[in-house]
Order: sequence, then C-alpha cells, then structure tokens
Amino acid sequence: MDDINAPTRRKLFETIGKAGGMVALYQAMTSLGHAAETQFNGPPKLSGARKGSTVVVLGAGLAGMLAAYELTKAGYKVRILEFQGRPGGRNYTLRGGDSHTEIDGTTQKVEFSQGNYLNPGPWRIPHHHRTLLHYCKQLGVQLEPFIQLNHNAYVHNTDAFAGKPVRYKAVATDFKGHISELLAKSLQQNALDEKVTTEDKERLIEAMRGWGVLDKDLSYKSSLKVSGQRGYDQPPGAGLGGVPTPSNITTLHDVLDSKVWNTMSFYFSYVMQTTMFQPVGGIDMIGKGFAREVGHLITYNAKVSKIGQNAKGVTITYEDALTGAVSQAKADYCVCTIPLSVLSQLEVQVSDEKAAAIKAVPYSGQVKIGLEFKRRFWEEDESIYGGHSFTNQPISLVSYPNFNFFQKGPAVLLGAFASGANAYPLAGMTPEQRIEAALAQGEAIHPQYRKEYMNGTSVAWSRVPWSLGCCAQWNDESRKEHYQNMVSMDGRIVLAGEHASYYGCWMEGAMLSSIDAITRLHKRALEA
Amino acid sequence: MNIRYISHRLLVVMAMMGASVPALAVGPGFKLPPAETGEQVYVQACQTCHQPGGKGGAGAASAYPALANNPKLGVAAYPILTILRGRAAMPWFGGTLSSAQIAKLVTYLRTNFGNNYATPVTEDDVKKLSVNLPVSGE
Repeated sequence: MDDINAPTRRKLFETIGKAGGMVALYQAMTSLGHAAETQFNGPPKLSGARKGSTVVVLGAGLAGMLAAYELTKAGYKVRILEFQGRPGGRNYTLRGGDSHTEIDGTTQKVEFSQGNYLNPGPWRIPHHHRTLLHYCKQLGVQLEPFIQLNHNAYVHNTDAFAGKPVRYKAVATDFKGHISELLAKSLQQNALDEKVTTEDKERLIEAMRGWGVLDKDLSYKSSLKVSGQRGYDQPPGAGLGGVPTPSNITTLHDVLDSKVWNTMSFYFSYVMQTTMFQPVGGIDMIGKGFAREVGHLITYNAKVSKIGQNAKGVTITYEDALTGAVSQAKADYCVCTIPLSVLSQLEVQVSDEKAAAIKAVPYSGQVKIGLEFKRRFWEEDESIYGGHSFTNQPISLVSYPNFNFFQKGPAVLLGAFASGANAYPLAGMTPEQRIEAALAQGEAIHPQYRKEYMNGTSVAWSRVPWSLGCCAQWNDESRKEHYQNMVSMDGRIVLAGEHASYYGCWMEGAMLSSIDAITRLHKRALEA
Repeated sequence: MNIRYISHRLLVVMAMMGASVPALAVGPGFKLPPAETGEQVYVQACQTCHQPGGKGGAGAASAYPALANNPKLGVAAYPILTILRGRAAMPWFGGTLSSAQIAKLVTYLRTNFGNNYATPVTEDDVKKLSVNLPVSGE
C-alpha cells in the first residue's frame, strides 16, 4: 500500500475486533487472506477411549471410513455396515468390465479400454480442501493436476455465432475489451463524474486501456496487440513467412449472445479456482486408500432397516442383501452416514426434531456421461489439453481427460454433466438414448464425434439405488429450521456426511462433518 | 431454468423416443416447441424417478412412491406443494417449472395412471400455494 493515509492492516484488524468482536475479526482476516481457508485445523487428535467402547458406523463412504479410521486410532472397537459390495460410496469410478445398475434394474456394462475411466460423482479437488488433501497424503493417494481453466477450450451457445463454438480466449478477451471501451469512454465523456474522483477517473481510464487492450482512442479494435490475447489468424512464425496476422474481434452484440460471462464467472468461484487436483487413476483411489486401513472392519451387502437406541446402546438391524439373512449389530454409539434420501425411509429412533430434519432435505440428480473415442481428436486436431468446453445445451459441458496427454489410442471424455432441470430428461432416457443425446449435442462442438465414437456409459444419480440422488439440497429456510437438529448428537447416534455440512456436494464437506461428529461423540463417550 | 430450456430437452426426449419431431439437430435456426402438456412435463421432469405409468421406483431401496392409483392426489394441494417445495428426497420444482406447467402436470396426474379426480387444477391454484417458496438453493 502506497497510500500513507490508509490504516495498517494490524490497526484495521484491531478496530474491527473492538467493534464487532472476535467473529468479525476472524471474518475480516479471512477475507483479507490471513486466516485458514477451510475449517480444517488438522486431523482430530482423539485418544483414550474407554476400554471396550464400541462404535458402529453406517456407510463405508469417505465420512464413514474416516470416522472408523480415527475412532480406531482413539481406541474404539469399530465395525462398518455397507450396503454395497465395495467401499467408497459416492467416491466412485467406473472402468472397463464394471457394471452399473439403476433403480429399475437397467444395467450398463462399461466397455472402456484399459486405463480409461469415468468419475460419475466427485472428480476434482480444490487446493483449499485441506482435509481431503491431508488424508490423500496420509493414505498415499497420488494426486495430479486437474486442468480447470483452459483458454483454448470452447464456449458454445446455440444462439451465438451461428451455433459454432468459439475459443474461450477469443470471446473472453472480446468481452473484456468491449466493456473496457464502454467504461473508458463513459469516463472520458464525464458520464461517471459523480461516482469517481478526477484522480481515480484518470487511473481507471488507464486501467481500462491496459486491461482491455484499447487503442489510443480508447477503442477496442482488431490488432496484433489484441491478437496477443485472443489468438491470431496466423500466429508469429520464423523466416520468410514469419510475420503474424491479427484475428478479427467479434462484435459486442455477438459476445453478449454467447453469454461468455457465465464461463468467466464460473472460474472466479471459490471452489472452482485453480489449482485443482485429481487422484491418479480415478477418484475412487481415495476410498481405496481408506479401505486399505479400515477395509477389514467393513461388512458388505448389509442393508440397514432399523436404527434403534436406548440408554445402554444402539442396535442396528440389517439384512444380508445376498442371502436375505437378518442380523443385528450392537454398539455403544452409532455414526450414521447413510444419505438422507435413503435414511428418510428407514426406521430410526431419534427425536422428533431430528426425524423431521432427516425428511426435510431433497437430493439433486446430476447426470454424467463418459464417452470413449478412438483417438484424442481434441488434442490432435484442436490443441485442447484438459479443461472444459461449456455449452448452453443440456449436456452443459464437454470435459477433457487431464492425464495421458499425447497418447495414442482410445480416451474417455466427459460428454455431459447435467444438473438441475437439465438432468431430469436425460435421467429419464434409456442409457442408449442418453448416449445419443450426448453425441447429438456434443457434435455441435466437435464434428469428429460420430466418426471417432466407440462406446459410452452414463450415471443418472436420481436412479442410483444406493444413494437415490447425488447431493443434499439445502436452502435458507431448511438451514434455519433443521440444520442444527441434523448435526446434533441424538442420544447415542450422530449423523455425518456432506448433508451434515455447509460444504454440501463436496468430499471436503463429508470429511469435515465426520471429524466434527466423531469429536463430539468421543467427548460424549468420555463424559458418560 | 426456463421454458425454452425445458423445450430443448423435451425435443431431445421426444426424438429419442421416436416421436414425430424433426430429426435432432443443433445449431443455427434450430427452435423448439414449448413443453405444453402435462404429459410432456411428466416425461421430462418426473418419469426418471416415478417411472413410466407412474408405477414408482421399485429398486434396491424401494424408494420412489407410485403415482398410479395414489389417493394422495385426491387433494390437489398435496401434489402441488410437493412439486413446489420438494418432499424427502424429491427436489423442489418451484422456480424450475412454471405455474402453468405445474397446473397441467397435476391435472394430468389426477386424471391418469388410474387416478380419477376430474376437477382441473388451474395456474391460480398453483400461484396461491407459491408464496414464501424457498427460492435460494445453495
């Protein structure tokens, strides 16, 4: 800061602290980048469980396995009941040879080649999701970059540029250039004199000239300088033909048609900012990492029907999904990570308030479609290496693999990631119809689609039998009425999972929730 | 979400199902008919979970209730509120579907799949129940 009148940061913090208390101080520090980015303060340091104390964990997803891992270390005897025949829950990867069955029995056999995969659920990890990064490191899960922002990927809108895709770098540069010109000229014509001081006005005009790549008249026009951001007709070369030629900018009107600001602001989002990571080999490497530690505690194919409790402990009634045999599991405490979409249909002995909370939160139904192609035409023909092309069609995007660049042979890209109202019609189709829809929409961006297509697999989360949806959908009203009741410890039962967090739909939320739940459980157990 | 997007998806659905619509294409000049009938809205938004014929999900978790022969449809406010606000695992569609679409959908449900509640549901019926909707999802 070169403004001598500005308060120092320390003084500013002191003032805020006095005026608003510690919460305000913390929030101010956080917003200025001086405090932790997530609420993760290191793994729970639980120890000294009472001898012989037992915990039953329902669900072997990330929340459940983290709970089992840390509670075992604290000295509890833990067992996990899992509905599926595999660990991980929504931390899920489909590879060639796998099959995927929906609620009505519809089954897809995955045909991907060796090494290719689809992550139907979570797939990317922000750099500030420190809980997840901590456990990846601890469990030996190897991470690689997830290419998020790719300037050379496309922006596609059926109502813009005659339905042709345009490069993000070109249309984003044009959007920035046109609005810079408008702002700079408005300032120059004194239209904003009531809003800015004379000094700031001059600085803003200079800022717009540089930021927007405007010419001496504050106009945004095609030039080599502008091409230095949006790309050239002929890029700089060497020798006799080395001279570059500029590309033509698009008009403000066309840029507005493309709604490119949606894509630009997507990358501004806190949870979407680079750097991002993915596990090498598929997202389920995280679940597998946990299973290496706690897999021996898991009873698979256990379909829970009743969660009971009394003053002495919890009793879980479950059926072996393969044999139909009904059993009971008893323990001192229960960590229940079953998604609310399923839990709301079970008999659960909890307070009326918690029962109401369990029934109060709907689930979203995203659809993802993985398409395998004979070759990496997006790399070979179009120089797109990872990242996303966004479209206003229901598929929403085409996302390119972030690994094995330049390799020959088949590769899988994400051919649809539909959510909200875009997802229901896709989910309602047969798997074959979904693939056809993904090809029909995707070929508007990549004409190579039909020629290079090999096979595809889709996952419609509203039709996944073991989760009946993708993520808990809170709103302001339900947060106010039900959130505290959802997360409170109820007798000997505590819920955990992304649904019991303010970080819904992220693995980080599931894990933060689990840490919070077992920390309170342990405290309660020691006080009992 | 708006009607135009719904329409686009509807066309995809219809094309997939062999309905008599123009060959699926995207790009210049491709405009779509609106999702007008209750049946069209059902196919787009509801059928994925409640299944063709409203027979409900009968999967591993016996999850999604049948709409066929369902006496809860007798009181129109019940399905209207369920659609507007969600219920248990079911997402809310207030803000996703228009009041007119919900009215046509509920009328369709009440007069099909073995249900016989002839009184049509109007857009006004839906609007009256649309106050104080939780609009801000996260």
